[in-house]
Amino acid sequence: MHASLSASTLTGNTAIAAGTGPLAIEAIGLVKRFDGVTAVDGVDLAVPQGAIYGVLGPNGAGKTTTLRMLLGIIDPDAGVRRVFGHERPHDVARLIGYLPEERGLYPSMKADEAIAFLGALRGVPLTEGRRRGRELLEEHGLGHAADRTIRQLSKGMAQTVQLLGTLVHRPRLVVLDEPFSGLDALNQGKLEKMIRRMAAEGTTVIFSTHVIAHAERLCEGVAIIAGGKVPYAGSVDAARDRIPAQVRLETHAEDGRWRDALPADARREGRYWLFSLPESGIEPLLRALIEGDAGILSLSIERAGLHDAFVHIAGEAAARALEEETPTEQAR
Amino acid sequence: MNPHQPTATEQSRLSLVRAAYVVARRDFRAILFSKAFLFFLLGPVFFGLVSVGAASIGRKAAENREPPVLAVAMEPGDAAAIERAGKRLAPLIDLPSMERVDAVAGDPARILDDSARNFGAVLTGTLDKPRLIGTEERIERWKGEVALAAAAARGSGTNYPEVAIQPVATSGASKKSARVGTATGALTLLFLLTMLLAGMVMSNLVEEKANKIIEVLAAAIPMDAVFLGKLVAMLAVSMVGIAVWGGIAGLVLTMGGNGIGPLPTPAVGWALFAALFLVYFAMAYLLIGSIFLTIGAMVPTVRDVQTLSMPATMLQLGVFFLATYATSDLGSPVETGAIAFPLSSPYAMVSRAAQEPALWPHVAALAWQALWVIVFVRFGARLFRRRVMKSGPQGARPKKRWGRATPA
Repeated sequence: MHASLSASTLTGNTAIAAGTGPLAIEAIGLVKRFDGVTAVDGVDLAVPQGAIYGVLGPNGAGKTTTLRMLLGIIDPDAGVRRVFGHERPHDVARLIGYLPEERGLYPSMKADEAIAFLGALRGVPLTEGRRRGRELLEEHGLGHAADRTIRQLSKGMAQTVQLLGTLVHRPRLVVLDEPFSGLDALNQGKLEKMIRRMAAEGTTVIFSTHVIAHAERLCEGVAIIAGGKVPYAGSVDAARDRIPAQVRLETHAEDGRWRDALPADARREGRYWLFSLPESGIEPLLRALIEGDAGILSLSIERAGLHDAFVHIAGEAAARALEEETPTEQAR
Repeated sequence: MNPHQPTATEQSRLSLVRAAYVVARRDFRAILFSKAFLFFLLGPVFFGLVSVGAASIGRKAAENREPPVLAVAMEPGDAAAIERAGKRLAPLIDLPSMERVDAVAGDPARILDDSARNFGAVLTGTLDKPRLIGTEERIERWKGEVALAAAAARGSGTNYPEVAIQPVATSGASKKSARVGTATGALTLLFLLTMLLAGMVMSNLVEEKANKIIEVLAAAIPMDAVFLGKLVAMLAVSMVGIAVWGGIAGLVLTMGGNGIGPLPTPAVGWALFAALFLVYFAMAYLLIGSIFLTIGAMVPTVRDVQTLSMPATMLQLGVFFLATYATSDLGSPVETGAIAFPLSSPYAMVSRAAQEPALWPHVAALAWQALWVIVFVRFGARLFRRRVMKSGPQGARPKKRWGRATPA
């Protein structure tokens, strides 16, 4: 018998159980309307401290508006938001780092000054901010650019400078709005590493993205946003578990008694039979296949990916919108 | 408290003042060390010319509104005769208007010093030997007219009496006229400075919006602090400009002082007047600047800011005209209205400082103006947050109304 059992995308993510551990961010029933249009409609979120959390959804779904409400940039029309237990996010502004979707710095500022200025906004004295800025630039291979003005830097370098400015005050919560957009593959990889390192140091990282792959690789928890609502918020594992694992079976025998053991949703695709893993588990099925002389050539159990979970939860239309936005990024 | 929760020290945020200081420091340095600031300093060349012209027009206008009067302090018979003659000649010749005063009690110097009246000169003596007392400039101007009127009063159209003249250093009319001139000049200068400098604020937040840094600011500190910081930075830049221009003006006055002659002293004295001028400039700047900043913050592009600058200038002109109109009419309902209306209040009070020595109205007016600065800044910041800080890229908005956006 050639049976290979595999869970194709084990990430080692840990489940996030609501109500366990202190929360960095909590949102209950957030609502925001613009000129009569409901942009965010009753969003609930719970982001544990130290987690990497993704807000996943297509453009226009309400991700940025949600993040802006969480940060106190705009106030919700209804609902409650708490950051480290504070209902007014500005009260804990020194603990938060924020990289907006639309990056921007003063073009005439030098790189180290720009970082120091962003730090000063969060309470770091200017001299200290400049020193830390230089250190950070050195660490990230941009030491040579410390005295260059922002307008003299490439777009990627300027983005890195802004990201470093987001971190210069050593925040406990980092909010990144579409941090991967505009970055090439190399820099996306660097950013992923940086996010993992921050989380390892105990910093909570929440980022919005419309690229499922990033969320799947990085996040312990996700909130799926579509049409201003959050149909799902919880651990990535739990999201994937919403779809039963798929069994892929290849047999030597074309027909026989074993066929009766296949579930009702079994379908043939080329050499393979595909069907959902029965609720009773794989062992009774295996037994039936062997006893029915199926002649198993291979059998694998494929756990649903986050993309499948997204389609299942948010619907085909939202998934299509997500895919249409950045087909190249999706391919990564 | 949960051990994982941030400590009290960590929770503290930047105070409004400190947050505003961070913004102001950045703006101040950015402007001061820019090349454009040199061009900005060249402003007073044009500026000085306009001020001098406007002050001169204002002075003439003030005289036309309230022309000086000739006080007739003669014996009742002569006084009545010359008054009648004056009325007879008035349609034919431009004579000063005359008003009889008590010849016995009327000490000419006291009559001239009466700031409640606008006497340009005092006529004493008799119809045969009239005596004209007043400032040199004024009696020289009126000497001929007085001789003509005296001759007509005596019934002799050709035999003009010799008018004795007695110049005095100043008179109520000339002092009042000079103070009105000082008031109008100061008001005009204040207007021009505010117009030049406050207009710059309008495009101030466009930079942040164009650079997309506004969202970083809004996430880190209250929008009130951003507004306040920007206003204070521009005010500080303006003060640097005023110090430079004032220094140059002082140098010019020192070098050419004799040719220019003595400047009319304002009612509160020069030192206090200069201090009040600066404080009222700051208030006028903050008041109009906070409105301009809000308007400018609401529009997405520099082009829109330029389009809006015309109605904004019109608003300033309206305020200027209101205050100018009230200048020569202290205590009138118009002046009270100009003082009460926040935008014209600093102008009206500068005018008052030039003409009235009382100080308590300034204390009250400054408190009133400061209150409105706070109201304007808070309202502007709130409006900005409500209308502009919505969502979606700024570039996706051109077909929509200001601030409308698609949620992202």
